[in-house]
Amino acid sequence: MIVLKWLFLKISPCDAAEPWQLGSQDAATPIMQGIIDLHHDIFFFLILILVFVLWILVRALWHFHYKENAIPQRIVHGTTIEILRTIFPSLISMFIAIPSFALLYSMDEVVVDPAITIKAIGHQWYRTYEYSDYNSSDEQSLTFDSYMIPEEDLELGQSRLLEVDNRVVVPAKTHLRIIVTSADVPHSWAVPSSGVKCDAVPGRLNQISILVQREGVYYGQCSEICGTNHAFTSIVVEAVPRKDYGSRVSNQLIPQTGEA
Amino acid sequence: MEDEIELKTAPADFRFPTTNQTRHCFTRYIEFHRCTIAKGEESNDCERFAKYYRALCPGEWVEKWNEQRENGTFPGPL
Repeated sequence: MIVLKWLFLKISPCDAAEPWQLGSQDAATPIMQGIIDLHHDIFFFLILILVFVLWILVRALWHFHYKENAIPQRIVHGTTIEILRTIFPSLISMFIAIPSFALLYSMDEVVVDPAITIKAIGHQWYRTYEYSDYNSSDEQSLTFDSYMIPEEDLELGQSRLLEVDNRVVVPAKTHLRIIVTSADVPHSWAVPSSGVKCDAVPGRLNQISILVQREGVYYGQCSEICGTNHAFTSIVVEAVPRKDYGSRVSNQLIPQTGEA
Repeated sequence: MEDEIELKTAPADFRFPTTNQTRHCFTRYIEFHRCTIAKGEESNDCERFAKYYRALCPGEWVEKWNEQRENGTFPGPL
């Protein structure tokens, strides 16, 4: 039993948070890949500055001595050092700013027409998803609620506080438009692997466009304090191949529309 | 019903290039109803606007607006 437990504990989904995680989750969209790359870019400069500052600090402490070096050197003016300490920081902030803005503006750029629209509507404390691209009237729509599975109902292998009863099924390698809104209080629809965190504001429709590059199950949680059960409002996105998505949606549409 | 459904939705609209798409949904809803007034209920030309607004607007909003139109309290220019 212990061996079994140990085995299952070792299996962790790559696209969900894991204990003692330090880095980001694996990227599933170009946006997330960009975020991770930007993080590494900035980290290079961070290390550079850290080493330089520590070096100066330690050197100053090392060389100061009340007997051997009793009088510290007093510099009130120095053109060279002043030019250097102005130009270098501005260069560094420029090297950080350029990729940062490039990523920022590429995020809300809608490059192509999306293939499907999914509406993610936040409620206290669950989410409703609407697929209404295939409707022929206002009434019929592929709509379902997605609740977190409570701890006592979890099956072996399911993640606590993350698994839901109805996952959002999306086609992989397809441009998606996700319309995020809320019906009561502000929520936030966030899936770390896809690099998305979008506030759900009542009365407003926020659009995000994503392209999931690989099939998989992606976990996220509500990211805006939305009340008592804020911690129990999870999001699970299941990316499936395009043809499976088509058959899945048409299977779900048949019982609703009554068509054969 | 065919096995494979067509993946098609409201296209990106250059009038609404921002994250906020609230107006996009509302405008498509109005466009559809203006279209039906101009061309008549039976006309198939308006069907695409209906597809657009159904793709963009939450069902709850559409229900509310339909009710408001019936009562004559719809706030938009129809």
